[in-house]
Amino acid sequence: MSGMVDASSWGAALVRISPYTFSAIGIAISIGVSVLGAAWGIYITGSSLIGAAIEAPRITSKNLISVIFCEAVAIYGVIVAIILQTKLESVPSSKMYDAESLRAGYAIFASGIIVGFANLVCGSVSSFSSSFLTSFGFWIPLSDRLRFSCRLCVGIIGSSCALSDAQNSTLFVKILVIEIFGSALGLFGVIVGIIMSAQATWPTK
Amino acid sequence: MYGFEALTFNIHGGYLEAIVRGHRAGLLTTADYNNLCQCENLDDIKMHLSATKYGSYLQNEPSPLHTTTIVEKCTLKLVDDYKHMLCQATEPMSTFLEYIRYGHMIDNVVLIVTGTLHERDVQELIEKCHPLGMFDRYSNRPFASSRPHPVAASDRFSFSPLCFSHCFLFSSIATLAVAQNMRELYRLVLVDTPLAPYFSECLTSEDLDDMNIEIMRNTLYKAYLEDFYKFCQKLGGATAEIMSDLLAFEADRRAVNITINSIGTELTREDRKKLYSNFGLLYPYGHEELAICEDIDQVRGVMEKYPPYQAIFSKMSYGESQMLDKAFYEEEVRRLCLAFEQQFHYAVFFAYMRLREQEIRNLMWISECVAQNQKSRIHDSVVYMF
Repeated sequence: MSGMVDASSWGAALVRISPYTFSAIGIAISIGVSVLGAAWGIYITGSSLIGAAIEAPRITSKNLISVIFCEAVAIYGVIVAIILQTKLESVPSSKMYDAESLRAGYAIFASGIIVGFANLVCGSVSSFSSSFLTSFGFWIPLSDRLRFSCRLCVGIIGSSCALSDAQNSTLFVKILVIEIFGSALGLFGVIVGIIMSAQATWPTK
Repeated sequence: MYGFEALTFNIHGGYLEAIVRGHRAGLLTTADYNNLCQCENLDDIKMHLSATKYGSYLQNEPSPLHTTTIVEKCTLKLVDDYKHMLCQATEPMSTFLEYIRYGHMIDNVVLIVTGTLHERDVQELIEKCHPLGMFDRYSNRPFASSRPHPVAASDRFSFSPLCFSHCFLFSSIATLAVAQNMRELYRLVLVDTPLAPYFSECLTSEDLDDMNIEIMRNTLYKAYLEDFYKFCQKLGGATAEIMSDLLAFEADRRAVNITINSIGTELTREDRKKLYSNFGLLYPYGHEELAICEDIDQVRGVMEKYPPYQAIFSKMSYGESQMLDKAFYEEEVRRLCLAFEQQFHYAVFFAYMRLREQEIRNLMWISECVAQNQKSRIHDSVVYMF
């Protein structure tokens, strides 16, 4: 395949980048972006929690669970980064640009991106329908919100959870269920990432 | 971008939004109002209120309470909440919170000018001013002194036309009393205040008499509402959406009130039309029809063409206008409560301030009814919130 590519095209340039570069970037993204997502989620939850706890101090201990869910997302990122870095093996330089080793490099890169961005979104990006939950515990659908219905988040739901719990403590467990579904998304990302990294077999000598 | 405020709102606004929602949880409920309506005298009211968030404000009051004391202390709580939020706010939230005050400033200016026209004492008028609307010298700093400034006492001696230079230096809200017409009012005091941009439409050399003062008040308020509306549109997102609804309702309500109050007065149709704001459900066709209305049934006819207002007017039978105020208040409270349904926007602050003011109005009505022993009329004017 590499013989058919024109030597001065972009394709040729990409193929000449070392697979170790891609792997290293993948590992960096997996942990870096996961932690970014977790931190984003924690600040969103934390700022609302601090404010709500002034008027309703009882909510503080229960709502730390939301913060812990965000933290879990960072831990997924760390675990996958450790798994990925154990997949790195040395390859003799004659085989460095073979298709097999390129494939291994790309697999690690992709795995890192999957995990990183899945955790970013899971930790911080919102489901806008959940942020309408009020102290009365009923939903008011606004039609133009639904056009952005994205995946469930943990941080934004955590913020809504803290505010709703301050008003009406029966709402806490219900919103927690939404958060659990939200963190399941991060888990999907981790699973797919690990499956992809299992394919990262470098050519043997 | 609309829809993604949740990602960044909490950086600057998360803490304050949570605080304002905590305050909202402390608003009086129907059960509280029922308890208050059962009170026999003002001390009972004080006792019931001590179980609510007003407790710490009322507990040190000596026993022969007056209704004005109760109202004053409750307003003090509102002001304290507001100041706390304003201190913590950053741009653009702090500008938004400032806008909420300008309505009160306009009311205070009109109060002092009217009172001076009727030859009341300036200090007495200052005490009647709403604390949220006070401004002092170089007054783009609010609350520079919320109590009468020590210099203000000497201002009283400079209230003569010979001492304009003094007035220019020691400008405070008390100096409003000196002005003979609107140009002087503007030049002496208001040019330094946040209300200055609203005056361009009413700078005439006409003397300040009752009619012109009301026109001035409505013109200022119109300019303020339009400015606020534009500001909210600039903020965009959920804030713009919810605030446009709330401000449009306010503009329409004022249009109806102006129409009804000016039926039978010398206000011409063109002048009346100039007092209506340039936005809202009634703009522009409703305004044209309202401008030519000569009695309440015609107003009703105009309003019934608009479904949200038709619901309000249908609650009243023909020829009855006393219930209109209460119907408007109820509709306003309903919309304000809905503002809390969304998260990550600024309209919750506006809604909270308005709901608190409505609550203080309710408390004033209840206290007055109880003090005057007319408890049968309590339900005429109390607007229940939750």
